[in-house]
Amino acid sequence: METLADKKSKKLLIINSIFIIAWLAIAAFPFIWTFLGSFKVREDFFSRSDWWYVISGFNTIIETGGRYTLNAFREAWIEGEFWYAARNSVIVTFFVVTISLFLGTLGGYALSRSPYRYAYWILIAALVFRAMPHITLVSGYLFPFFQLNIWGILPTTIIVLVAINQPFTLWLLYSFFKTVPKELDESGMIDGCSHFQAFRYIIMPVMWPGVITAGLFSLMLAYNDFTVTAMLLSYENHTLVPKLQSYLGTNQHEGNMMWAVSSVVSATAPLFMVVMFFQKQIISGLTTGAVKG
Amino acid sequence: MLPTCVAMVLFIAIPIVSIFVQSLFIEHQKPSIEIEICDPFGCKKEIGVDVEAYAALNKEKPLGRFNGFKTYIDRNHLAFKELNEGWINSKTFSEFSSIFFNLPFYKALIFTLTYTLFVTPFVICLGFIIALCINSLSQKIKGPIIFVTILPMIVTPLMGSLVLFWMIDAEGIIGSTIQELFNDPYLSLKASTKLTWITLITYGIWHHSPFAFIVFYAALQTVPQDPIEAAIIDGADRWQRIRHVVIPHLYPVAVFIALISMMDNIRVFEPILGFSAEASAQSFSWLIYNDLRNIEVMNFGSAASTSILTIIMVGILLTPVLIKTWREFGESR
Repeated sequence: METLADKKSKKLLIINSIFIIAWLAIAAFPFIWTFLGSFKVREDFFSRSDWWYVISGFNTIIETGGRYTLNAFREAWIEGEFWYAARNSVIVTFFVVTISLFLGTLGGYALSRSPYRYAYWILIAALVFRAMPHITLVSGYLFPFFQLNIWGILPTTIIVLVAINQPFTLWLLYSFFKTVPKELDESGMIDGCSHFQAFRYIIMPVMWPGVITAGLFSLMLAYNDFTVTAMLLSYENHTLVPKLQSYLGTNQHEGNMMWAVSSVVSATAPLFMVVMFFQKQIISGLTTGAVKG
Repeated sequence: MLPTCVAMVLFIAIPIVSIFVQSLFIEHQKPSIEIEICDPFGCKKEIGVDVEAYAALNKEKPLGRFNGFKTYIDRNHLAFKELNEGWINSKTFSEFSSIFFNLPFYKALIFTLTYTLFVTPFVICLGFIIALCINSLSQKIKGPIIFVTILPMIVTPLMGSLVLFWMIDAEGIIGSTIQELFNDPYLSLKASTKLTWITLITYGIWHHSPFAFIVFYAALQTVPQDPIEAAIIDGADRWQRIRHVVIPHLYPVAVFIALISMMDNIRVFEPILGFSAEASAQSFSWLIYNDLRNIEVMNFGSAASTSILTIIMVGILLTPVLIKTWREFGESR
């Protein structure tokens, strides 16, 4: 629909396009650059003499014979035991998403239907907890975990991540369930459903869009987390992000810098895929809190 | 029906209590013992640490000895004593401020506040401009452009900052170009405190703007068309329309973005690691991390005190917002 407000001058259109192209370059160039560089040897990606080496692969041709090499990836995944970290990441992410969705759905639904004032307090508490820097909570967990001898293993980390994730999931699902009309489950209960039956047969079929959004955010949190996983997991159990950081600590070794480069690329690739597929849900999720609340 | 609340109390409230308790304690004094060390030149007595007794002591009282609130006011935290002495002894203000900035807690405070105060408004402005621009594009190309726009946000801060760091490194593309431009082979963004801060702040804006963009973008879809058309009929140009119709409509959204991005910025931590900027820029989160990162000697007491102080800071920042929401909630009932 072409409204009056949409008509614009040509000059404005040009400024507009230039700005957007500039922004897109700023946003995407670092990733493209790193992606290209990850298929080269270290001397090319960090070359003092000529930055064009990253594209032409001057040293890569000398060392490996081809313009592109998978050496960095191969070494990082096998020698650097990145595959093990990837496995840990998958486990942690899967359980965090499942558990926090289970708790969040029940909690968000209950809060959105609750007529009492304490619902407000719980939501405010969730907001305050959201504001806590993660590391302050981690420092609270660390000592008891050491005493109980449950430090360094995956299950405790999963629980902590679920807890940190919970406030956001709760807010998100709360505002989602608010948009589901109350009459829907009330009509079900008039027909003789119990509370749980109403939830199971009436709410569950319509809740998937909200749940998918919340799930995506839990996934991003669990997958991207550094603070919690680095502090609470022992070295062998590290997930992708702390593993990556551990490659940096040993950069005297020539190959390790490239390990880090290639693992950045391998760790971000699946994330980009997920975002590409679920872009709409992510955007709608980020905005529910803002526009409707 | 509220297992989630139980979970939240269990896993978030209890750690806060736990750090509070921890913050009151400090590691045991190492019990000393006289050891005779003999070498070919004779024997001498030295005072060393009695490892066994120390281990036993730690086992008996793992928290350490009770220290009350003393950790809060020691040199690494609020440092009242040092500040007081500095105030009395220093003759000029600059002398005092150099003492002030060398205390770790205040150093971190200044950096965290500067970072938050710079990044938040820039994020809001940039996000708003991007949203306006993308909103006026045709529907077909919007999808891919939005995807590219949100890339900086979805990558974890550590990786995002690393990717940039490799580029501004003296051997990376931007770093070496800058060196060539200024014809100074030793120029490095890492070298000076100021440049490091600017880099970190730029990174913060790059990382957070997409978030502001998304929220603004969604809010722009809800701007009513009628007042805009009325404004056009009254002869308002594009700028006036944005200024007097769109911005007032988006004001509450901007407040929301400011709140969220302040929460996120105050816990700035991973970029500091990514840019290896520990030497010149430290935040609260980094102080806590620094106390805990060595498994052999963890300063639980110190980390816990910093945590409590951080939580108080966040609380102070959030209070006005909480009061506001409380009022609105009261009105809506």
